[in-house]
Amino acid sequence: MSTTTLAGREIHVDAEGFLTEYDEWDEALAAQLADQIGVALTPEHWDVIRFLRADYAETGQTATTRRVQAVGGFPVKQQFVLFPKKPGKKMSYIAGLPKPAGCV
Amino acid sequence: MRRLLILGAGTAGTIAANKLRRMLDADDWQITIVDQRGTHYYQPAFLFIPFGRYRPDKARRKASRLIPSGVTRVEGEIDRVDPDARRVALADGTVLPYDYLIIATGTSPHPEETPGMEGDWHGAVHSFYTFDDAVALRGALAGFTGGRLVVHISEMPIKCPVAPLEFTLLADAHLRERDIRDKVDITFVTPLSGAFTKPVASAAFGGMLDERGIAVEPDFMVESIDAEAHRLVSYDEREVPYDLLVTVPVNKGAAFVGRSGLGDELDFVPVDPHTLRHAAHPEIFAVGDAAAVPTSKAGAVAHFELDVFPENFVRIVAGEEPVESFDGHATCFIESGAGKAMLIDFNYDTEPLPGMFPVPALGPLPLLKESRFNHWGKLAFEPLYWSMLLPGRPLPLPAHMSMRGKRVPS
Ligand SMILES: Cc1cc2nc3c(=O)[nH]c(=O)nc-3n(C[C@H](O)[C@H](O)[C@H](O)COP(=O)(O)OP(=O)(O)OC[C@H]3O[C@@H](n4cnc5c(N)ncnc54)[C@H](O)[C@@H]3O)c2cc1C
Repeated sequence: MSTTTLAGREIHVDAEGFLTEYDEWDEALAAQLADQIGVALTPEHWDVIRFLRADYAETGQTATTRRVQAVGGFPVKQQFVLFPKKPGKKMSYIAGLPKPAGCV
Repeated sequence: MRRLLILGAGTAGTIAANKLRRMLDADDWQITIVDQRGTHYYQPAFLFIPFGRYRPDKARRKASRLIPSGVTRVEGEIDRVDPDARRVALADGTVLPYDYLIIATGTSPHPEETPGMEGDWHGAVHSFYTFDDAVALRGALAGFTGGRLVVHISEMPIKCPVAPLEFTLLADAHLRERDIRDKVDITFVTPLSGAFTKPVASAAFGGMLDERGIAVEPDFMVESIDAEAHRLVSYDEREVPYDLLVTVPVNKGAAFVGRSGLGDELDFVPVDPHTLRHAAHPEIFAVGDAAAVPTSKAGAVAHFELDVFPENFVRIVAGEEPVESFDGHATCFIESGAGKAMLIDFNYDTEPLPGMFPVPALGPLPLLKESRFNHWGKLAFEPLYWSMLLPGRPLPLPAHMSMRGKRVPS
């Protein structure tokens, strides 16, 4: 675990740059994180990000693409359009959450 | 009399029944176990059956002989749990009341989740995740003389997440033995970003695929299968053609879990990862593959869980607090072909690392490295499964993962 400076403040991140502290995130930071991975945030992106944040607060785990579809109501196809190639990783990166842990 | 009801008599349910029957007083506790099948399968054998290296009938035994006397066995399909009334209904109308419930109904493959997959099932599309599928694939592989062999994972999590990788390595060795490896293109298609989930192991496995000339198609989320054109199609519109597809379909928990309001979006039961206890219903527990906990779904995990869980359970029913804590410990052998295997050992917090197991420096089993010892270890496990693991007898393996003997690469 290490720290990095983004949007003018210090944040805690893991080896791949995912935020490790839920509360260090805010929407200004999300815009910067999105920018870093080449995603331009539209209202549709924000809907998904807000769902991920709320769902994590409830379950303590990052939602998988399946859960974002089943519970959040955003079809996987749309997730791929909004966050090309690697929606699971990109969504959680921008939302300041750990990578979804469905993969063990 | 207090009533303990165990749902599912696979690996986890059978160990739980054997251990808890010995630990709970027979005058105070009635234990019942339900399963839809009269047969118990040794699932790790499903990996070997397709290569003709395992007599299929060795992989199954009569389930009733594995359940101890003093435990009532009920054969039937579980239809629903009513957690408020503390009752389980079977499809045939039987109602089983309980005071405590252990859900151990595992996970099973669901080809119908992927459009196009079922249509050509046992045609050009095969799998090895059930007994029947493994036997059917044996025929298909014997008749396969060249072309594109694609090994595919539909979605994570799946049980035994290393099995598709093992299948790929064994297929490579099998085709070499038959002298037709040069007539076959092998591709490993995965929704993960590499050959495995965790970085150190992923790099080691990736190297092995590379050495054997096996192509990897990473980050591939299948949207559908075009059964006519023999193609896998991903959500980001990539296509992978095949002549023989060996897929691992979406793995889901038992449907009754979802129907009873006890499951997540894949019908797995969310429980505390350390105590395996349900948050909303403290008299309900989930063990084995049925539990939504962030470790591998594997028989070895069921084993380590049940080294810790029964003591906790006994404390809980006596009104005490659980003290033991499950750490997500998993140990998996990975067959790599030509009589060798690798071994990985990890838990919730520590990824698989190189080193020696179970005794530091001495092993004899090297971690994350190919060795004949590991292959023998894997083969030796089958008799132990029936004679030691299922009856809940102690095996000389620590319940909790240890960092002793492991090296952290810089
Ligand atoms: C090809 C393959 C290779 C594997 N290799 C390994 C390996 O090398 N090492 C390892 O550790 N693990 C391995 N595994 C995984 C291992 O077999 C499982 O993780 C283990 O069996 C899980 O035990 P369980 O009790 O949770 O589930 P299971 O053993 O699958 O048992 C679940 C039981 O519940 C019953 N059931 C389900 N739904 C219902 C219902 N509605 N009504 C009534 N009964 C129901 C089923 O009939 C079944 O008997 C492998 C699995 C496969 C498929």
